[in-house]
Amino acid sequence: MASIDSGGGDSGHKKGPGVKKAKKLSTRVDMTPMVDLGFLLITFFIFTATMSSPKAMDLRMPKDVDDPKKQNEAKESGALTIMLGKGNQVYYYEGQLKVDVGVNNFKQTTFKGIREIIINKRKEVMARHVHDLGSPESVCKEMQERAKKNENPDWETACLDRDFVVIIKPDVDATYKNTVDILDEMTINGVKTYAMVKILPQEYELIQATENSNK
Amino acid sequence: MPSVKMPRKSTDTDMTPFVDIAFLILSFFIMATKFKPPEPVQINTPNSVSSQDLPENDAVLITIDSTNRVFFSVLSEKNKAIPDQVIQKLNTLRTLNLSTAQMANFRKTVAVGVPFSSLGSLLDVPAEDQGKFNQPGIPVLDTLSNELIWWISASKEVFRDNQRPLKYLIKGDGGSKYPAFEAVISALKKNDEFKYNLVTSLENAPTGSALDVANRKGVKTK
Repeated sequence: MASIDSGGGDSGHKKGPGVKKAKKLSTRVDMTPMVDLGFLLITFFIFTATMSSPKAMDLRMPKDVDDPKKQNEAKESGALTIMLGKGNQVYYYEGQLKVDVGVNNFKQTTFKGIREIIINKRKEVMARHVHDLGSPESVCKEMQERAKKNENPDWETACLDRDFVVIIKPDVDATYKNTVDILDEMTINGVKTYAMVKILPQEYELIQATENSNK
Repeated sequence: MPSVKMPRKSTDTDMTPFVDIAFLILSFFIMATKFKPPEPVQINTPNSVSSQDLPENDAVLITIDSTNRVFFSVLSEKNKAIPDQVIQKLNTLRTLNLSTAQMANFRKTVAVGVPFSSLGSLLDVPAEDQGKFNQPGIPVLDTLSNELIWWISASKEVFRDNQRPLKYLIKGDGGSKYPAFEAVISALKKNDEFKYNLVTSLENAPTGSALDVANRKGVKTK
């Protein structure tokens, strides 16, 4: 098998008479055990190797504020509330929750469907946006300047979605995976403003009612 | 009839290049392998598109397993004295009356998942056998007796005294329920900490999504 051939043949020069020929020991070493061990180690390391190293995802939470006057308010026109329920179900409504007969904006979807809803809502909010570049305290101008500084090629549209806010409300049956998935969905769809809030009792009841009716 | 002599070919092939490559692969795997740090429980982290590397030093790791048990560990490779200081601080903060031997054992403990009342008996067990110790998890769900608050506040003080930045890692199992995660967050909030790192596995951004487009254009997201 694998062995080093060090050319131990009789290619040396002729010695004169009387010179005793030293007995040549073969330099061929049997490498088979070494190679065996080598392969054993390869298999071991292949099996133990952890190729994908864990990654970190940033999460920033706001400070709890009890005073309702100091709480941030989302514009109704640009708000999308997403609730996470049991069995990877997603519930959502746009703006204010309306559950009267005739006007019901409480809808159900899945994690696959929510992406399209986020994208559409974002587009809708962006289309409705009015630039306020003329006014002296223009928020848009500031946002555009910041985007320009960050070398963002789309700096002109940087403030279009500033009214778009997603409110995430996982309920007690939602899993941690659901929570990470929906936060990830925010990153994927470029949602700049989102918040994770405790679910309201009314919303939780609605989810439970929907779950019961789907059984 | 003259018989046709087939030339005899040797079946001995030269295996040297083969063995060379094999050893090359071996050295690659030896270099690339990083052994998993010991875990108190098996955690299947969810996937995310985040590609940030995980800080492994100067951090506090809060683990939530699939049955909503919460574990706490201090990650400090460079300064081994920090875990000792954390347990000493906690001992004085909560008057736990731990012995010196028990506190010395904390350094080797991979993760703590017991209420303060049974912390002493956990630390009596040598670190190698703690895997068999039945750990019910740190109580967090009750807001009044959320013991994680004390663990965090003790580590926060110790890291501040050592002038080291402290990061908060939350490693949750995909199947754990949201209330446990919320309780962990609220314990951190009580300590005025608002920035955390969630441990996830990498997943590619879906093609055509806003993030995918931005990545291609080379936009800095942060």
